[in-house]
Amino acid sequence: MFGGIDPALLIAALMVNSVPIMLAATGELVVEKAGVLNLGVEGMMIMGAICGFVTAVVTGNPYLGFVGGALGAMALSAVFGVLTQVLQTNQVATGLALTLFGLGLSSLIGQSYVGIKPPATGDVALGPLADIPFLGVAVFSHDWMVYASIALVAGVWWALKYSRMGLVLRAVGESHEAAHALGYKVTRIRFIAVLFGGALAGLGGAYISLVRVPQWTDGITAGAGWIALAIVVFASWKPWRVLAGAYLFGGISVLQLNLQAAGSAIPVEYLSMAPYLITILVLVIMSSGRGKAALAAPACLGQNFHASR
Amino acid sequence: MLRLEKRPSPSVFWERASPFLAVALTMVAGGIMFWILGKNPFEAIRTIFWDPLFNDQFAAYSRPQLLVKAAPLILIAIGLSLGFRAGIWNIGAEGQYIMGAIFGAAAGLAVYPVESRLIFPVMILAGAFGGFLWAMIPALLKTVFRTNEILVSLLLVYVAQNILAMMALGALRNPEGGGFPGSRNLSQIPSMANPELIAGTGMHWGVVAAFMAVIAGYILLQRHILGFQIKLAGQAPRAARFAGVSPARLVVLCLGISGVLAGLAGVFEVTGPAGQISIDFNVGYGFTAIIVAFLGRLNPVGILFAGLLMALTYIGGELAQLMLGLPSAAIQAFQGMLLFFLLATDLLTNFRVRLAKREGA
Repeated sequence: MFGGIDPALLIAALMVNSVPIMLAATGELVVEKAGVLNLGVEGMMIMGAICGFVTAVVTGNPYLGFVGGALGAMALSAVFGVLTQVLQTNQVATGLALTLFGLGLSSLIGQSYVGIKPPATGDVALGPLADIPFLGVAVFSHDWMVYASIALVAGVWWALKYSRMGLVLRAVGESHEAAHALGYKVTRIRFIAVLFGGALAGLGGAYISLVRVPQWTDGITAGAGWIALAIVVFASWKPWRVLAGAYLFGGISVLQLNLQAAGSAIPVEYLSMAPYLITILVLVIMSSGRGKAALAAPACLGQNFHASR
Repeated sequence: MLRLEKRPSPSVFWERASPFLAVALTMVAGGIMFWILGKNPFEAIRTIFWDPLFNDQFAAYSRPQLLVKAAPLILIAIGLSLGFRAGIWNIGAEGQYIMGAIFGAAAGLAVYPVESRLIFPVMILAGAFGGFLWAMIPALLKTVFRTNEILVSLLLVYVAQNILAMMALGALRNPEGGGFPGSRNLSQIPSMANPELIAGTGMHWGVVAAFMAVIAGYILLQRHILGFQIKLAGQAPRAARFAGVSPARLVVLCLGISGVLAGLAGVFEVTGPAGQISIDFNVGYGFTAIIVAFLGRLNPVGILFAGLLMALTYIGGELAQLMLGLPSAAIQAFQGMLLFFLLATDLLTNFRVRLAKREGA
């Protein structure tokens, strides 16, 4: 099998590896469903990574670390919200600014935290489940964020599909004029969606620096935010497909890391560019099918709304 | 309560004035950031914006650096601004810059140690082609498969970085370098070097190319039909389509031009200031150029000045690092802040801010 790689461990690593992308992509999905295109996911993730790391190291509590990460990224997303929703700035440009600023600020905050080990986030005790052969190692011996992220996908799916809140959110994203005419507060709803997206991106970032790596280095997210954006397109704005997409990319990055470790004949650089190339490939496939991906996009995606009346 | 009222047409005054306001606001916010970091804000701002140009001790070194650092920023930003005007977002200039450097260096090193005056021009062409090729990937995927060019161009930066590492460790590694990563030092090979043309000015061929790009960009936008089509496509996409502007052609042209210019910036850098292909060859010019393009209001002449100002923050940032111990990341955050304020002050161009009484509900 795969040159001596244990499949159970591979699945276990895949589940851990896909958490950051899954969280960030789920958050971005909600933001885009509300009609806002926030390209600053990478910046918010890395802010979450450093804020979470600092909080966890200072308090010694990894759970508070996740809270800190979510809050840090939320603060950054609030800047995006004010700029795009109140000050009517271009969403693409503002998202880019968010990424550039987040990368700089995170490395500024993180200077004195390089080389420190964060407090460990323990695995959830699932008792007898963890003793099941194969599945126990692969699925039932993870930290709580692995399960929480899956629960979040389910929650977002339910909320978007069945709750009134989700209906309003989708209305705002499909036609902000109509939603406004019906009396919904377009700006306020979008702002809250942006904050939610920021919090999830922050959780994803904190997971990278607290669990997956776990330490702080500059640029630790290494494009995960951009892959998350691509996964939203890949998923055609459907929550369960975000889960599938995240596992697909988690799987690819785990596989390439394992191949690197196993001393495969393929040069390391080819392996480490694989996740990005495959992301591009998947984007192409999704967008080529008679423009299906474009049709699934919320109609008001990326358009600013200014109530003239 | 403050109320926003959409202007019937953008304010000419604020379109010119808002970058200055943004720079001023960034200095204030940056000063606060430096103060939080425990530095004297006035001293930090002076070290960044004044000392590189006018301090007796440092100016002799840092003034030439101004052109050296501004040239790649201006070259790349001119290209990006065309696309940004047309609503085509190439944010992967960093990757095109890397590929330009690799193609250029490879073309030169392939014939090493032949000496000929033709080698340098061929390397420049190869660099431009490398950047063009890398930009054609998102362009063709966009025109053929409607794939989002923002994501593709950005993801290709990571691919380019891996290729760069592969080249520095493999194909282009200096065989006489004792096994260390990195290519031969091109700036020390006479037929491949991009030297300082006038001593003490920092002027090299890349600076010349940057000035030419500014002029060409100005003519293109003001006098050429393509410039008109770019502006039209950005401001009124439907009208552009009725006027017979082919969106696919614009995508290919805008991405192609920006790829060529980013590739040129890369090859001028690798043959001159950087000197060699190394793993850490790219320092983020491709991303900073996005800020430069916006700071210059997507206008070639504006970009010229914006590039010089942004180069100043790089040099001043290094100086502040040396003199005040200000971390280099602070400058990166400072530059990001500038883009925020720029976008925010744009509000004044398109909207009138009115003091409005709350209307009775």
